[in-house]
Amino acid sequence: MLTALLVMLGLALLLGIVLGYSALKFKVEGDPLVDKIDAILPQTQCGQCGYPGCKPYATAIAKGEADINQCPPGGDAGMRALADLLGVEPKPLNAEHGLPKPKSVAVIDENLCIGCTLCIQACPVDAILGAAKHMHTVIASECTGCELCLAPCPVDCISMEPIGESVATWKWRYPVYELKQTA
Amino acid sequence: MISRLFKFNGGVHPPQHKLESANTPIVTVPMPRRLVLPLRQHVGNISKLQVAVGDKILKGQLLAIADGMISAAVHAPTSGTIAAIEAQLIPHASGLPDLCITLEADGEDRWIERQPLDFRALPKSEVIARLRDAGVVGLGGATFPSHVKLREDARHPVATLILNGAECEPYITCDDRLMRERAEEVVRGIEIMQYLLGAPRCMVGIEDNKPEAAAAMRAACAKSATAIEVVEVPTLYPGGGAKQLIKVLTGREVPSGKLPTEIGVQCFNVATAYTVHRFVNFGEPVISRIVTVTGNVAHPGNFEVPLGLAIDELVTAAGGAGSETNGYIMGGPMMGFNLPSIHVPVVKATNCIIASAPRMFPTQPPALPCIRCTRCADACPVNLQPQELYWFAKSQNLEKARDYNVFDCIECGCCNYVCPSHIPLVQYYRFAKSEIIAQDKAKQAANLARERNEFRLARIEREKQERAAKHAQRAAGAKTESSEADEAKKAAIAAAMERAKAQKAEVSPKNTEDLPAAAQAEVAAIDARRAETTSEQPEAGNPVQEKQEN
Repeated sequence: MLTALLVMLGLALLLGIVLGYSALKFKVEGDPLVDKIDAILPQTQCGQCGYPGCKPYATAIAKGEADINQCPPGGDAGMRALADLLGVEPKPLNAEHGLPKPKSVAVIDENLCIGCTLCIQACPVDAILGAAKHMHTVIASECTGCELCLAPCPVDCISMEPIGESVATWKWRYPVYELKQTA
Repeated sequence: MISRLFKFNGGVHPPQHKLESANTPIVTVPMPRRLVLPLRQHVGNISKLQVAVGDKILKGQLLAIADGMISAAVHAPTSGTIAAIEAQLIPHASGLPDLCITLEADGEDRWIERQPLDFRALPKSEVIARLRDAGVVGLGGATFPSHVKLREDARHPVATLILNGAECEPYITCDDRLMRERAEEVVRGIEIMQYLLGAPRCMVGIEDNKPEAAAAMRAACAKSATAIEVVEVPTLYPGGGAKQLIKVLTGREVPSGKLPTEIGVQCFNVATAYTVHRFVNFGEPVISRIVTVTGNVAHPGNFEVPLGLAIDELVTAAGGAGSETNGYIMGGPMMGFNLPSIHVPVVKATNCIIASAPRMFPTQPPALPCIRCTRCADACPVNLQPQELYWFAKSQNLEKARDYNVFDCIECGCCNYVCPSHIPLVQYYRFAKSEIIAQDKAKQAANLARERNEFRLARIEREKQERAAKHAQRAAGAKTESSEADEAKKAAIAAAMERAKAQKAEVSPKNTEDLPAAAQAEVAAIDARRAETTSEQPEAGNPVQEKQEN
């Protein structure tokens, strides 16, 4: 009887020490779920979801404050990936937050630009290059197509141009063919 | 020396159709008036333009240089004037236009100064850089820049150099004719490659349906100073795939996702060896290639064609296409693709043009559902599970397709060929591959955007803190200054008060001095009493009174 008690007590102590040690040693910094959600989001940083960027939206989803259907650039595929990750039912994108558009880049009309730097301050990924009273230009390869630079421009010289398909970005299509009618 | 041969899994025996074009000598096509040269004729980065519209160009002059390591140069196939630099239709499965140089020939065909390279005297890296600037790419059809494969790598020394003369695809005979007619020149090129790689052993693999080519190569190799073995391999499609040929000749399998150099083997096409020879020994960059024109044409055969020649002119040179022709295939019937138009130029990848007719390639019967017979798995030369890959690609379960090594698929079409349900399996794998690549690229772009956004937020935060720190510093500085000023002021006030007190004491009328002693004593007593009351009153703590007193 006493031996059994001692054994159980010893085990409890030992496991407690192991668990306590691992809780300290393998402590996870931050919320891993936020990072997982953030990895699915398209990182456009457009704010269409109502949050000031993808990370804040990811944090809000993780806390249960935001829904998974608020990200138009992520599209249906992004929403499905989020539903998959969080184990919830997929739902159609919320039109309140905008509709998915073809991927575009901002283009500055360099004849009209007055060099006010407002778009530079608005760009969430520092993809606009320029200085005060000097012409600005968009680094197309860094532009996420968030459209945040359109509104601040006082002379409306920025337009969004869809990225067309080129030989370098072309993809093989999903095969579509007729199946033989058997019945 | 007869080496033992090995076998790869699967493979098929499609009808050969090689005799139509294999029995006539190579014909040189006359220089056309107009050439269109795409800047994307190789795997890797698009070449960088070096000329402008209106420039006078000599034959062999550099038009565009290699951009980065995986890239190759483009040269002028004849002398003339640059007429245009614009997007034009190129021979690509997408049917999309890409940047091309249009060269108007002047008919003089005047060469730029050509200099043979003393490759043994120059450092190897210099020879390899020159090959890059000569536009040498793999001419088997994949057009991978050859200079990348010719670099000596200390970690993976090449023990065996393999020259691919297998030419396993039906209809194609350009390598066959090249080996028959220009075997010695091919061998000169092989010697240069072997020297550059430092490979002790060298083999030329030729399928046994080309005995004339094998005999010609054997004769040429016998005259060579280095030992080059010519090995006839069994005719079995796709025995000309690099990994399959390596397996057959050496018995070693290139691991999944690895390069042949990691098992000490490097593999080149025989036509590539020929271009290396032309460049090193004659100073001629890659400006032409041998193309098989066959199928539904009047005179099928092989043609030495300047790059940039329109394919319709090439078909005309072969006697024109028959009336039933319903399309043109670039490459072989197994791996080639339908040209989007006949008005596209010949590029470095163009090894064969087949004018197709319904009698040659009858339309596939409608597909039936997969019955999981696994004939495709038996035929697959890379030991994949095509029936599984088909499910995953069809359901767009791309991660699973990747796990099942869809990227090891060489798109040889053996599975299509044997499928009793006539399912276009390779189309599914191509779709899955390009979709996965696109997703990976999007993921990379997203990671870059995240990084840039985080950096920007961190920068804004840092700037805010710096500004706050600066403000705080300025505020603190102002405070210390003002307190000093205050103290100075206070001290001044105190000093003034002192002075005033002293002055008051000095100027106060001391009219009691002349009084008698008794009166003086009385005054002193009154003063004492007054002093007593004034010192007592603050203790009483009556501010009003105090004020009144003051």
